[in-house]
Amino acid sequence: MNNETKKMLSVYATKIRMGIIESTHGAKAGHPGGSLSSADLFAYLYFNEMRVDPKNPKAEDRDRFVLSKGHCAPGLYSALALKGYFPVEDLPTLRHIDSYLQGHPNMNTVPGIDMSTGSLGQGISAAVGMAKGAKYLGKDINVYSLLGDGEIEEGQVWEAMMFAAQYELDNLCVFIDSNGLQIDGACEEVMSAEPIDEKLRAFGFEVMTINGNNFDELEKAFEAFHNTKGKPFGCIMKTVKGKGVSYMENAVDWHGKAPNDEEFEIAMAELRAKLAELEEA
Amino acid sequence: MADVKMIATRESYGNALKELAADGADKLVVLDADLSAATKTGIFKKAYPERHINCGIAEANMMCVAAGLSTMGLVPFASSFAMFAAGRAFEQVRNTIGYPHLNVKIGATHAGISVGEDGASHQCCEDFALMRAIPGMVVICPADDVEARQAVKAAYHYNGPVYLRFGRLAVPVFHDESYKFEIGKGEVIREGNDVTIIANGLLVNEAIEAGKALEAKGIGAEIINIATIKPLDEELIIASAKKTGKVITVEEHSVIGGLGEAVCSCLSENCPTPVKRIGVYDEFGHSGPALDLLKQFGLSAENIERVATEFVK
Repeated sequence: MNNETKKMLSVYATKIRMGIIESTHGAKAGHPGGSLSSADLFAYLYFNEMRVDPKNPKAEDRDRFVLSKGHCAPGLYSALALKGYFPVEDLPTLRHIDSYLQGHPNMNTVPGIDMSTGSLGQGISAAVGMAKGAKYLGKDINVYSLLGDGEIEEGQVWEAMMFAAQYELDNLCVFIDSNGLQIDGACEEVMSAEPIDEKLRAFGFEVMTINGNNFDELEKAFEAFHNTKGKPFGCIMKTVKGKGVSYMENAVDWHGKAPNDEEFEIAMAELRAKLAELEEA
Repeated sequence: MADVKMIATRESYGNALKELAADGADKLVVLDADLSAATKTGIFKKAYPERHINCGIAEANMMCVAAGLSTMGLVPFASSFAMFAAGRAFEQVRNTIGYPHLNVKIGATHAGISVGEDGASHQCCEDFALMRAIPGMVVICPADDVEARQAVKAAYHYNGPVYLRFGRLAVPVFHDESYKFEIGKGEVIREGNDVTIIANGLLVNEAIEAGKALEAKGIGAEIINIATIKPLDEELIIASAKKTGKVITVEEHSVIGGLGEAVCSCLSENCPTPVKRIGVYDEFGHSGPALDLLKQFGLSAENIERVATEFVK
């Protein structure tokens, strides 16, 4: 990846992180931890990969993205706003009683959302259905989906994986945000799904494990996805939960808690400093 | 009775899907969960194998796959037994089909205790309650082959989620082909002034038989078929209740949350009327031949006649 692209993506990822902090602060609720760990993927998807047009959010032949871990809506909303689907200024209305920015993604109120999600394990099945539909219709449409490493404890996820392999859905790219933490603690302690890579392989996927907070490695994963034929592609992204905000990093408490005013200022100062550093470079 | 055709509405389901495709329904795709021989989507599969998607024994995934397919402009019919379509996959239907109001049709066969020998684990008497409670969900339970085939076609042409309930047991075909089914519209099968009998599914025919027996006793029963339990044809029900002043509901479902309660809610808010509910009274079914079970649970013309006779005294 050239430096210009990397800089562009880093700037967007930082702005997405700022949007996550602004929206969860505005909501006084929400899920910053997993949104922050996935922010680099959101930046890559919407600014370097997906064939989408914010002026025509329902275009039939667009690529699709399903946020199966729907609670990370602040990250996705932030990316969509920056992409131009709706005003960035609306982000702090997240979860407000009169806002279209629902606590979990709603495809009927939020422009750019391809599937309503929130109940874990269901989004991946819908993504699989979209990929099957694209194949059935003979359309060149890629379907991307993001799951949490806690989410994959849901049995339905593995029903979906079997389906994807059975129907050779090589237009399906599944990311697992492996930040190692779920609400009640470390995934390893609550209910370990490891080894995730071997499980996915056994379920018929082409599998790659990368650092999900590194754009060069994300680029390699997308290349591998595009080169995979005859089977679905799975990417395990090793990430840092809370990435980009010092006091949220690797802290399980920040799974589903909003920053207060003081914490908000600290987080925004850190992200503004990061942005300045990127823009100077 | 020898000339009465007997067809299970699950058979009608399979045939109607095939007829739809033959009539040019180009968005139609059919999903099943390893039960295509029993749900009769096998009839469709044989004619249109490339449009039949077997999801394996994984109903939760199937419902959400159907949701995904619908967002691509297709009209999926997701098929399984009522127990698994409405029961096992309830939350998938609620959250990934109902909440986004997607254009998915659920074909649920083997509903009620007339499943027979398989017993309680497969006898779903709770699906009306579950599906009615989902905002925006249309719930249909056709009475015979003619109505079932038309209901499948109406569901295809309707834009939004629809739950269709079919039976395993072959039942008499009493509608002639000139009958026109419309979503949300009830059907007055015979008029009467003494008591209203509201039924759906295979019990409509039992209600008709009861109506004949009651007439012989000098009791005029108004027989109404409410194939669409949601949205309910309130106007028709209220008008009949005002006329007869007594209402009996008959359903192959728990009396909790089904047709009986839907009618009671409608009447108590609009024109309070005494109601007797015939249905399954807060218990599980068990194994046995379907017809014997229906009799044992009071889901028969004889019991409807008995309840009505007592009611009008």
